[in-house]
Amino acid sequence: MDDIIRNPEGDNESEPQDKAIISRRKFLIGSAAVGSAALFGNCKTASAAKEFSGWPDRFGCLTDLTMCVGCRSCEKACNEANNMPEPDVPFDSASVFEQKRRPTAKALTVVNQYKNPKDENSFIYRKIQCNHCNEPACATACPVHAYEKTPEGAVLYDPEKCFGCRYCMVACPFYAPAYDYESALEPRIFKCVLCHDRIKAGGVPACAEACPVGAVTFGKREELIKVARKRITDKPDRYIDHIYGEYEAGGTSWMYISGVPFEQLDFPVDLPKKALVEETKGFLGAVPVVFAVWPALFGMIYTALRHRDEIEKGKSQSHEREEEKK
Amino acid sequence: MSNGTLTTTGNFRSWFMDKLLMGMSWPEYSRTLITPFNIVAAIVLSIGIPVILIRFIYGLGAVTHASNEYPLGIILGWGLFGGVPLSATGFVMGTAYYIFGFRGYKPLVRLGILTGFLGYLFAVVYLLTDLGRPWRIYYPMIIGFGTTSVLFLIAWHVSTYLTVQLIEFSEAILEWLKSRRVYKWATMIVIGMTIAGIILSTLHQSALGAMFLLAPGKVHPLWFSSYIPHLFLSSSIYSALAMVIMVSTLIARFQRSAADNNFLGSLDRLTVGLGKGASVGIFVYFAMKLISIAHDDNWHLLFTSWGYWYLVELLGFVLLPGIVLAWGAKTGSAGIVRIGAFASVAGVILNRINVSVIAFNWQLPGHLHHIIPPWQEVAIVATIFTIHILIFRWIINRMPVVREHPDYREGH
Repeated sequence: MDDIIRNPEGDNESEPQDKAIISRRKFLIGSAAVGSAALFGNCKTASAAKEFSGWPDRFGCLTDLTMCVGCRSCEKACNEANNMPEPDVPFDSASVFEQKRRPTAKALTVVNQYKNPKDENSFIYRKIQCNHCNEPACATACPVHAYEKTPEGAVLYDPEKCFGCRYCMVACPFYAPAYDYESALEPRIFKCVLCHDRIKAGGVPACAEACPVGAVTFGKREELIKVARKRITDKPDRYIDHIYGEYEAGGTSWMYISGVPFEQLDFPVDLPKKALVEETKGFLGAVPVVFAVWPALFGMIYTALRHRDEIEKGKSQSHEREEEKK
Repeated sequence: MSNGTLTTTGNFRSWFMDKLLMGMSWPEYSRTLITPFNIVAAIVLSIGIPVILIRFIYGLGAVTHASNEYPLGIILGWGLFGGVPLSATGFVMGTAYYIFGFRGYKPLVRLGILTGFLGYLFAVVYLLTDLGRPWRIYYPMIIGFGTTSVLFLIAWHVSTYLTVQLIEFSEAILEWLKSRRVYKWATMIVIGMTIAGIILSTLHQSALGAMFLLAPGKVHPLWFSSYIPHLFLSSSIYSALAMVIMVSTLIARFQRSAADNNFLGSLDRLTVGLGKGASVGIFVYFAMKLISIAHDDNWHLLFTSWGYWYLVELLGFVLLPGIVLAWGAKTGSAGIVRIGAFASVAGVILNRINVSVIAFNWQLPGHLHHIIPPWQEVAIVATIFTIHILIFRWIINRMPVVREHPDYREGH
């Protein structure tokens, strides 16, 4: 057998000298199998790189933090609309304000109280719930596709698909998803659903409907931005010039305007303007490259080194033969 | 064929004693089980297994500090993020031996593959303990395709790679069972499997780092970097070499009877060789760490309390082991290389726990309280780790891993 690296298709008659070592042909068949598996993998991961600029006409809410009076009517309405369990502390009690709360498996929205930095005697209230991102990090993170951004604006979660890895909670920049750690058999994520069924039936989210002072405005996201912009322009003393959620983490369906900077109300403010899905696009984009290049590269190295071994073996054998002749 | 039909009970009995009891009778075998290590292991298991049962009866909340802000804890920080890079041994040794032709390292190749295979298997066991509904573990394969998810990639790759490693290790299993026909088939596909292993490993090792790219702001900026996939990949390579040094050292110390002279006699020389490779790898990683700080211009953060902790990791568990490894390799001292290797392994575990647990949510109030695990969580980790060691030892004692099977000596 001569020592040329041959075209695999033409390499039909070759039998390896040493049966214990894998022949190139067998190797190439093996790597072709790996390669086809790679192609299959490519199609799947490549779909991660699609552009998505957000559903048109999606709905959202605008919370005006200067108007909220901390009555917790929204918490009560949310609890009833979503058939949640009775709260530990009644909804008319202000004692909950003693500590900072967050949405949990038992409460999809909560209101927290902050001292007004402008006026020591008054309070600012902040309502927290899922912000329904335009391109949600939770949906990006979910390995089983349990999250979906609906054309109406809501980010919905399907417990039937979820296997409880909680990577969505790692990814969510707003700390919105809550997990039922108490359940052994059916643990699941709980989060605001933007009252999706009510919206589809032409209604308004329960919390927005319940708000006695109109602090939560429901509408098309584009319209809400105009409303917010107008309020800020009309009363520049009352508001800071920032619509939270217009651009944060790629923009959210739930937005906020406030009289004090958002970091003073514990809003995460160090978020990128682009959607978080962009952060891993580059990595996932490299996956097909690895699948394509690695077999070729390492296959080449393997073949080249085997080739060198064979040459050396040939040399030493002919050397031995010469010595024998002498 | 020696693995022919085992129809009669007598045959089965001798097979059972030969394969499982290592040629001893039951009473003899049971007597060998009473060792100090086994007694400690029994104590750990008797505490930990009930805790694991509690986890599956009352939920994760009963045994962990996991909360809505802290979905990940020490179970995954240690078992998945720490365990997977140290299980790159199969891919690193396989690549060195089969692809690059480092034939001298043959006595350590199977050990590397076994360490890798069991490492991945147990990373999955830790994951099953932590998953809310572990019985749905196959969902990413069948039910829902989260193609934008880095974790989806990891799920596919880890499961595929586990199969690849089982096929790679099947050589040893088949020799143990003396099944020559399948054995031949298994040796034929080894190069294809090794290259599949390289692809899968480079991708999912870096993907474990890329998981945190979705959480900018949550991970402390010193540990969060756009280079984090590269950092995870490069540290997995040197830590795999260090892990092979560590595991082979422990076998030579505690499981000497399972090893043959070929293994024991060449171990010091091979350890120095691996140490040389690991020291190059660790300095590459160290340089990349510096570049990642420079890229984000985070130098000023080094002089905060988080920065000091970062320097402990970077200088004490990367640079220092690197110097020790290089010194050992230079002077040809296997003992010094081993010290460096043990420290390198510890350093990688520290790094992964730092990224996934300690520096995660660093800015939240009461952070330090959340990252200290309750004893139950530690007991779960200790239990799974103990089972891991027991199974590893069980295989080492029975299958030709650190010794060559006499019938197959020239076969591979």
